[in-house]
Amino acid sequence: MAKVAVVGAGMTKFVRRAQETGRELSWQAAKMALDSAGLTLKDVDAVVIGSAPDAFDGVHMKGEYLADGSGAWRKPCIRNFVGGATGVFAPIQGWYHIASGQFDTVLVVCEEKMSSCHPHPQGAFITIFDHTTERPLGPNLLWIFALEMNRYMTVHGITKEEIALVAVKNKKNALDHPCAQLGEELTVEDVLNSEVLAWPVNRLDVSPASDGAAAVVMCAEHVAKRVSDKPVWVEGVGWHLDTAYWTNRDLYYPRYVEYAARMAYEMAGIKEPRKEIHIVEPYDPFDYKELHHLEGLLLCERGGAARLTADGVTQRDGDLPVCPSGGLLGVGNPIAAAGLMKVCELFWQLRGEAGKRQVPGTPRRGLAQAWGDLMQVGTVIILGR
Amino acid sequence: MTVKIKEWPGTALSSRDIEEGRVLTVRHKLKAEYAWDAGVAIGRYLRELKNGRLVARRCGGCDRILLPPRMFCEQCFVPTDEWVYVEDTGTVNTFSICYVRWDVARLKEPLLPAVINVDGASPGMGILHLLGEVRPEDVHIGMRVRAVWKSPGEREGAITDIKYWKPVQGG
Amino acid sequence: MREKLTNPEHVRTWPGSIPVEYVYTAGVAGEAYLRAIKERGRLAASACLGCGTKYLPPRLYCERCFEKTGEPRDVEARGTVETFTVAHRDLEGRQLEPPVVYAFVRIDGTAGGLVHRLGEVDPGDVHIGLEVEAVFLPPAQRTGSILDIAHFRPVRHRPAAT
Repeated sequence: MAKVAVVGAGMTKFVRRAQETGRELSWQAAKMALDSAGLTLKDVDAVVIGSAPDAFDGVHMKGEYLADGSGAWRKPCIRNFVGGATGVFAPIQGWYHIASGQFDTVLVVCEEKMSSCHPHPQGAFITIFDHTTERPLGPNLLWIFALEMNRYMTVHGITKEEIALVAVKNKKNALDHPCAQLGEELTVEDVLNSEVLAWPVNRLDVSPASDGAAAVVMCAEHVAKRVSDKPVWVEGVGWHLDTAYWTNRDLYYPRYVEYAARMAYEMAGIKEPRKEIHIVEPYDPFDYKELHHLEGLLLCERGGAARLTADGVTQRDGDLPVCPSGGLLGVGNPIAAAGLMKVCELFWQLRGEAGKRQVPGTPRRGLAQAWGDLMQVGTVIILGR
Repeated sequence: MTVKIKEWPGTALSSRDIEEGRVLTVRHKLKAEYAWDAGVAIGRYLRELKNGRLVARRCGGCDRILLPPRMFCEQCFVPTDEWVYVEDTGTVNTFSICYVRWDVARLKEPLLPAVINVDGASPGMGILHLLGEVRPEDVHIGMRVRAVWKSPGEREGAITDIKYWKPVQGG
Repeated sequence: MREKLTNPEHVRTWPGSIPVEYVYTAGVAGEAYLRAIKERGRLAASACLGCGTKYLPPRLYCERCFEKTGEPRDVEARGTVETFTVAHRDLEGRQLEPPVVYAFVRIDGTAGGLVHRLGEVDPGDVHIGLEVEAVFLPPAQRTGSILDIAHFRPVRHRPAAT
């Protein structure tokens, strides 16, 4: 299989409301990614766009709408959508565009503009519940997270205090991210005392609604060696789906994340993930999700992620830095762009360019993961120097 | 590269910028109404709810009793074989105490959504529903519950023909 | 696996909607466009500093070169009907009386244009190539919307002043 590299990355600030339209945000991120790689639109053979539900931006055919700002003028272009997992699936799609031998250079752009949606972006989520057997009960999106979090806590005997440590860590990390929406110095008590939305979920357990875009430039080995002195290689990719009958699954464990991770580890030749992965950006729209996903990624035993967090292992200067970017909880959560932001973070971290966020010890290999839809999609990408 | 970037793009607005017209916006309300077909399996499910019964489907391939019912088994990928009535009792698999509506408006009285594993269906075959006649602090995972039905005259063939599930005495 | 339905009452549907509305920001370039309409009764275009393509409505960037465009500048709200349609029914299927002419108007000197209504003209007299100009609402009635243009009407060629 042809080797594929990431050679450039860019992103906008993540904000609650951006003045820019979605296509303007896309252009800002895409242009920065190209500039950082020293490339122009002429060098781009194809474009991959990732964007989550059209109902946020309120623009149907969002892929087509975003195309010009994503550099797809008169180019092969595809938009993908796998819910929250989109931001990590987009570079996977970029990878197979190139690994297939069809294209040499691909621009990957993810965008979300959730502020358009009123009275609240949650309204756009209502129809993910079954229209006949669930929606008449008056559900909202928080239910599925609250139900999953409670199950996870109860099965493993994990407390809200232990989970709140994740929010504290990520929001603190985000203070060092120039694009962050919610960087903050908080205590566990702050999280526990914040408004209860849907017990066990409090307001500070949740990432915000955001506007923003992110982009990466990916290319084949022969191009990467020409244009970059520090290419970051795609070592493994994985994706997996579970049934939409979500009440028929045991929510305490994300099996689909494990399957996606196993696919990526096999491709990367990784036998002991805990030793061979040096930096992790798991999906953290809620604080407990970071723990849940670390377990699904086989980076600790089931129920063991809270201990890892309490011991400081997942701090930026810990043995396994987790969400050194600040994650969705701190940087923000413009759905698809948030997933790709994690891939940008790995790119910067592995090249030693993350500034104040740089994890010590020059990490050699990193993993980004996202998750979406009715808690059923897992996407994983492994990058290495 | 991030260390070299001094100005990051993106212009943050406050809600007042929009409310007070400091930036120009266009409002639009989608006029999209839907009538979703219940389909074969859920069509029968709703009719049985009107009769005050919960019905599932059995798959001959894996021998699971599937709830909500479906006409094909997603694991065996074959048609399911027969209708099976299940109990209107079950066990709380997980629950929440929810203080907000879908638009994040506060609720005075919290809702108690739960996944309920229904007796008679295969293990783990939960459905989403609500709990009632119970104080939020008394709910726990593993709690035994029973469906509280609307009166026959009030039922309309809907999941809400069950008002909620309440704790079974001694459960 | 199919079950035969003999009672049509057994065909059950469940009604619903998606209860959201949208507030779209005009964006950086869109803001300049709508301000020109609202505040000056003009249209605005932005030109690519690289290839010179003149975008109307203005854009922040050139989709061809991917460079930032220059500041939007006002242009005359005049152009040519590139294509048109005569609508006899509204969105709900009701008869429109009189019918409404919608045209794509290519704005002079730009690579762009806009879809808008034509007015002050009999539908039978509209043709591709017709020269038209925008009729703006009085300044006090304008809100910063594309509807601040009431319609486009044929340009009346007056004899040169003597």
